[in-house]
Amino acid sequence: MQIYIAAAFVFLLLAAVILAGKIAPNDPYRTNATLIRLAPCREYPFGTDNLGRCVFSRVLFGGRTTIAATFFLVAISFGIGTFIGILCGFYGGIFDRIFMRIADIFLSFPQMVVAIAVAGILGGGMAGAMVALGITMWVAFARLARSHTISIRNEPYIMTSILAGKGGVYIMFRHILPNILAPVLTNALTQIGTTMIGLSGLSFLGLGVIPPTAEWGSMISEGRAYIQIAPWTVLFPALATIVTITLFNYLGDAVMEYRNV
Amino acid sequence: MKQSEDTKFLITNIFRKIAETILLLIILSLLVFALMYIAPGDPAEKRLTSQGTAITKEVLEAERARLGLMRPFLVRYGEWLFGIIRGDFGISFKDDMPVAPKLAAGLHKTLILSSASLILSLLVSYPLAIWSAFRKGRVSDHIVRVLSFIGNSMPNFLISVLLMYVLCIQLRLFPVIADGSPASLILPVLSLSIPMSGRFIRQMRSEFIDQLNEDYVTGMRMRGVKERYVAVNIIRNSLGHILTIVGLQVGTLMGGSVVIETIFRWPGLGKLVMDSINSRDYPVIMGFVIIMGTIYIVINQLTDVSYHVLDPRV
Repeated sequence: MQIYIAAAFVFLLLAAVILAGKIAPNDPYRTNATLIRLAPCREYPFGTDNLGRCVFSRVLFGGRTTIAATFFLVAISFGIGTFIGILCGFYGGIFDRIFMRIADIFLSFPQMVVAIAVAGILGGGMAGAMVALGITMWVAFARLARSHTISIRNEPYIMTSILAGKGGVYIMFRHILPNILAPVLTNALTQIGTTMIGLSGLSFLGLGVIPPTAEWGSMISEGRAYIQIAPWTVLFPALATIVTITLFNYLGDAVMEYRNV
Repeated sequence: MKQSEDTKFLITNIFRKIAETILLLIILSLLVFALMYIAPGDPAEKRLTSQGTAITKEVLEAERARLGLMRPFLVRYGEWLFGIIRGDFGISFKDDMPVAPKLAAGLHKTLILSSASLILSLLVSYPLAIWSAFRKGRVSDHIVRVLSFIGNSMPNFLISVLLMYVLCIQLRLFPVIADGSPASLILPVLSLSIPMSGRFIRQMRSEFIDQLNEDYVTGMRMRGVKERYVAVNIIRNSLGHILTIVGLQVGTLMGGSVVIETIFRWPGLGKLVMDSINSRDYPVIMGFVIIMGTIYIVINQLTDVSYHVLDPRV
């Protein structure tokens, strides 16, 4: 039940963001010198920002940036991590030892500190921020996929496949991947909230999107200077961030609980 | 006989941990140096253009020679590493001053902020987590769970902006910019503590509930032992896990302090590193990662060792 409610809200949210072009009343990038810091009204439901841009439209388009970047990053780390994890778990040996050592090393460094340094030194906007967070993100997926692969590695159906002369790649994709997908996907779901916090944090610091791209973290950062005279420029993207992260975390928790039962 | 074998095992284990820590620190320093190496533009260029002036090729070549940039990677790395071991973090690109004193001053401020936040979070979340675990399923447990869930879902920059809006601008209770006074510490500490407490409560609560489901608790309860003594046992047995939970959050705290220090202009390492990123002052950024990484690695290795000490079964 919980899952359906959470999923319905997430679906609504995604629909709003995907259809941003249709819903948004104004162009999120059109500046208007005569309508600077306008309070919320009928035409501008969330008011306008310091450059006269419609905050409501920017929140919608900003959601697109934030959510798309998060999904993309989680998907990439999921893909790479799961691939390495299955390889390590299935073949074991020296390959496994090397990769798990590397994983240990990455886990020993503070993620956000590394991300700030990488994004700060290499630059590169949102892509740079994603690389910076992704460096450490794949590890959790790799470890999870590896431990699940090891736990089913000696099951009869895998043994039969090996005896039948099937190749390693075939077994990994045909038998192992489908059987370990559920726990790894659940982990991916629970990572969405944390990743969003990390990405919007980097954007807030100016290490993520490059202006004028709409993104919640950078909108909050820009509006902060005018919070006294135009609080809506901060409060609405802030609200959007909280609602989105809470929703994804809630969905993740609900799925976790469901799977534990 | 048994006792001395245990001690021997512990000592070998500690030596292994020390070796591991040193290895991790070397890898950390290598990665940091490599990052600097692949960064766009070399130090000579950065150094000369950090003031925004144009330079000629001859000046650039001379500067490169002076800084010894033509020498091989490993030689330069070794020199840099031994400098750091001696406490020399290099010279700032911005003002030609040694970086180490700046880093030390920043570290001092960051430690004040982080330890205050960590202590506050622990004071709030530890009792709440126990209380909530003992009242699992009741209304009070649900309230704690919902609050910790929301706290966990809030990025710390958002909390600080909201706190600033409500407490500084609407209610005019605090100064907006930190001036180093104890009153100006309150908002940064709250901004760091709220999400951290949310995470602590969630993780600690589930750890306590795991303990409550253990056979020894059922046994104690069947023998009619008072709940108070059950709680004492649970606290003692969960100490190792709780330490691990706290140790892992130190990394998040470090990242958070960069954001919070930048917002409130708290003159710590985080603010220093953001200023240095903006002016491309690489020695400071490298020093920041080395210091934070070292603290994180040492803390987590220590929690690992104390985990073995607290629970000899592991």
